[in-house]
Amino acid sequence: MFSLSVFIPLICYFFCIFFNKRIAEIKIEIVISALMILASLISIYVFFSVSEFNPESQIIIGNWLSSGSFLIDWSLNFNSLSVLMVLVVNVVSTIVHIYSIGYMHNDPKKVIFLGYLGLFTFFMLILVTSSNLIQLFLGWEGVGLTSYLLIGFWNFKDVANKAALKAFVVNRIGDFGFMLGIFAIFFIFGTVNFNEIFILVESQENTFFKFLGFNFHALTLISVLLFVGCMGKSAQFGLHTWLPDAMEGPTPVSALIHAATMVTAGVFLLVLMSPIIEQSEFAQKLIMIIGALTSLFAASVAITQNDIKRIIAYSTCSQLGYMFVAIGCSAYGVAMFHLVTHAFFKALLFLGAGSVIHAMSDEQNIKKMGALYNKIPVTYMLMLIGTFSLVGLPFFSAYYSKDLILEILYLDDFDISIYVYIIGIIVVFFTSFYSFRLLIYVFHGESKSDERVAAHIHESPRIMIYPLLILSFFSIFSGLLFKNYFFGFESLSFWGNTIYNIFESDISYAVKELPLSIKKLPFLMIILGLLASLAVCRYLTKLNLYLKHKLCFLYTFLKNKWYVDEFYDFFIIKPTKFIGYGFWKSIDKELIDNIGPNGVSKLIKRFGIFVSSLQTGYLYHYALTIIIGLTIFISIYFYS
Amino acid sequence: MLNIPILPLLIIVPIVGLIFVLLSVEEDENYIQAKKSALWTSVINFLISLYIPFNFDKDVPHFQFVNSFSWLNSDNLKFSLGIDGISLPFILLSTLLIPLCIYSTWNIKTKRCKSYLSAFLILETFLVGAFSAIDLFSFYIFFESILIPMYLIIGIWGGGRRVYSAYKFFLYTFLGSVLMLVAIIFLYQEFGTTDIPSILNSSLPFYIQIWLWLAFFSSFAVKIPMWPFHTWLPDAHVEAPTEGSVILAGILLKLGGYGFIRFNLSMLPDASIFFTPFVFGLSLIAIVYTSLVAIVQNDMKKLIAYSSVAHMGFVTLGIFSATIQGLHGAIVQMISHGLISAALFFCIGSIYNRYETKEIANFGGLNSIMPKLAIFFLIFSLGAIGFPGTSGFIGEFLTLLAVFSHNTFVALISALGIIFAAAYMLNLYKKVFLGKPNKFIQKVKLDLRLNEMIIYSLLVFFIILFGIQPNYIIDFSTSSLDRIISLYPISIL
Repeated sequence: MFSLSVFIPLICYFFCIFFNKRIAEIKIEIVISALMILASLISIYVFFSVSEFNPESQIIIGNWLSSGSFLIDWSLNFNSLSVLMVLVVNVVSTIVHIYSIGYMHNDPKKVIFLGYLGLFTFFMLILVTSSNLIQLFLGWEGVGLTSYLLIGFWNFKDVANKAALKAFVVNRIGDFGFMLGIFAIFFIFGTVNFNEIFILVESQENTFFKFLGFNFHALTLISVLLFVGCMGKSAQFGLHTWLPDAMEGPTPVSALIHAATMVTAGVFLLVLMSPIIEQSEFAQKLIMIIGALTSLFAASVAITQNDIKRIIAYSTCSQLGYMFVAIGCSAYGVAMFHLVTHAFFKALLFLGAGSVIHAMSDEQNIKKMGALYNKIPVTYMLMLIGTFSLVGLPFFSAYYSKDLILEILYLDDFDISIYVYIIGIIVVFFTSFYSFRLLIYVFHGESKSDERVAAHIHESPRIMIYPLLILSFFSIFSGLLFKNYFFGFESLSFWGNTIYNIFESDISYAVKELPLSIKKLPFLMIILGLLASLAVCRYLTKLNLYLKHKLCFLYTFLKNKWYVDEFYDFFIIKPTKFIGYGFWKSIDKELIDNIGPNGVSKLIKRFGIFVSSLQTGYLYHYALTIIIGLTIFISIYFYS
Repeated sequence: MLNIPILPLLIIVPIVGLIFVLLSVEEDENYIQAKKSALWTSVINFLISLYIPFNFDKDVPHFQFVNSFSWLNSDNLKFSLGIDGISLPFILLSTLLIPLCIYSTWNIKTKRCKSYLSAFLILETFLVGAFSAIDLFSFYIFFESILIPMYLIIGIWGGGRRVYSAYKFFLYTFLGSVLMLVAIIFLYQEFGTTDIPSILNSSLPFYIQIWLWLAFFSSFAVKIPMWPFHTWLPDAHVEAPTEGSVILAGILLKLGGYGFIRFNLSMLPDASIFFTPFVFGLSLIAIVYTSLVAIVQNDMKKLIAYSSVAHMGFVTLGIFSATIQGLHGAIVQMISHGLISAALFFCIGSIYNRYETKEIANFGGLNSIMPKLAIFFLIFSLGAIGFPGTSGFIGEFLTLLAVFSHNTFVALISALGIIFAAAYMLNLYKKVFLGKPNKFIQKVKLDLRLNEMIIYSLLVFFIILFGIQPNYIIDFSTSSLDRIISLYPISIL
């Protein structure tokens, strides 16, 4: 049953590939939708009955590789964590599938697109259900590949191709760390199967491991290396550059891959490896700092961007930062909670943005929109719900998950926690500011679109709206519905031993008994953000110009995304090419060839010329040589 | 059944086929009759070679299917053939790639077609001979004979600078091999026999091992090739015809790796331990250096050629880590590279046949003209960058795993190779296949022909098969490798 929900997307993929152009598109669409809905229903059923089955069990499909003591199976992990992720992935994916049928209506490669979505879903499910690190790595790379294919789906666009390449290569840098992490795990534990690793964690608590000549605490090293992988996949500061560019792909892709599922794989991996992370204070602090930095960076950049999808992409980046912060303070369940709610409301926001773009004839610049609220009212409502959930207005989903992260952060006892908490609160303000800024520019004010576009504005077809209604339901209620699964006493029975759980009774009580000022602080920041965005973008446009002028330096700094791309281009990409060229021309061509084959042949040739020059043909030259030779031989003969 | 002289048969069948090819009537300028005889011969040979894995005893570390013939009327100099788990995959790789090469010429007009086909058949004889020889002299003879058809393939059917390239190729490999001949003669003097199994059972003092190791190394390091002996490879590839490049990258390079395992590692363990840092150093340079060079290439074949050097860097790392994972990884990596680089060269050949250029800058948006080729090329590129699920991943992963336990620094630097590989392969893919189709590529509108489809599908099948079931390769070699590893200090893996 469980395996079926994992393999249905793969069947979808092959179905699309083989029947593309052989049978009518509409038939393929119906079959695909039906299959995906079936997969979702199965995963919902499995989720609610997971405790009836024997949790913690593995479904072994076959042997993959056995080399010495390095043994891997093809197998699926069947426990609360994987079941939950399968549910989220399948549901969001089904919605995106159906939405895409409408969104990609006029695209000649629509069926291929659906096929790629299916393949992506399959790899994502492999990632979340894997019972060993290698199979997880297959899913990890697989989602990277499908992300590459889908970002570059419109491959006649050069920007899209560049973005796709960038996404793959930057992710590879993360994978580099991940692979080293896997090697270290195998070296320390002698196995790559999760169940066996977790049994052995305690015995390796004090192991030290020599890495690059230094002695490291083994579990810290592993955590940090794995985190590097997560930074790539989850677009954390330093390796985030691919995510905004990835928005060149079709919007459903951005919703499914670059918001709801793939980018959260890093969070998932760290939650999965929580027993190891928990043993290393250094790694936790690092994760917390990088997470906080990312959320601050992305939120601040989002304020100045004008591309509707890029704003949401930076917002994703920033929310992922929150999840890592939660992991940093050991709140693994809460990180998962935010992951789930985020999957729904961010997918809603992206698909809503897609609906806006669809209405505006592929215009993405929010400065060229405006006054859309009465022209596309349903989309407006949906975007409003998405935004409320994102900023965390009371009773919307992020209100439960994000505020919980902040509260736990407040109670956390690392020395840096309080600073991270302050950053978290500032980011709430930023989030509110850029979200409402987006809404104001897109839906309010005066219309700035040209007439041709304006005449064509229309509400999206029903096939695009209905999936969004489901998503908006989850965006509102998933916080309320799932709260108890992730936090508090009841969560203990749900998770069992699958993730590390430190929530003994006291933290959950402490959270409840926080002073009201702390409880209400995020709400205050949201209101402040709303007011600020109203002031700057709507009512006091002069203030906007004044601020831009006065804070010119800061504004360009943010507008240019902290100059990270330029930094990489100057310090990494250009030198790499320069060195490569230098190696090729100077060392290969000049040095090796001239000393090696060319040198040898020249030497032989010169020797030949020299020898042939001895043969002058004059008798007296030969006579002289004979005399000299004779003299030498006779002298040697006499003296020895 | 076991008495079928399977290895001599594998060696003789191509020669018989060669006679048919030469006798065939030139009925049209496409030489279809000659091509048919050559193809049937090589397919039959492949089918014969399939007999081996099904009748091979995996648990025996010794040589199997042994056939010995007396030679030069001497008891000590024999012409003997046999295989163990290490050579088995390579023999199958050779018998697989040769028919594919011949089939790929199907619709192409080649000058002196009969001689061209004969060159490949004779090459198959020598390759199978080299991989199955268990006598030093017969090994040396086969190993060197390969140079002749290969030299001719590059020198006669090559591109513009073919003579320079052919000569460079010959000079490099021959200079290396001469030293190996000296070593072989020395071994004969020392033991009075050139029989490899009996030499494997005896040991030599350390100072002699050092010299012998260097002699063998010089030959195989050129062949595989290791930095800085690699400069013949890009030139040879660029000038060689498509099928020549396929054989060169697909099988010839593997002779180097095979030689390292068979001679340096198995016969000279003390020297191998002594030289491990040296080999690791060169391999690291090879991986990083050639990857960087590959990034800036403007010729497709040159790019793949440089990437081959980087991939072979993983092989040498794996071999000299002297652990079971490392050696498994090296063997899988060699087979996988044999399939993937062959496939990539075939693809470039398909492009070259249509556009007569391999300059990357000329292309763009090719996927709109040749969508099928674009899909295949993407799959092969993924193999080359070690995507999990393809055989390339297994090779690189196992190798790096083994190296990590040896030296984390080496593992760290060599793992950089996987980042670079993604950069240069996908950049190549982007530049050639993606984007808007330009005018130049629109002049030909012809996607893959049937023979190309069949070749690529077969290669994809094997690349993915060995990616999800690498045990098909690994299982054969385990017992033979265990014997080698027992010569080395016990590592923890």
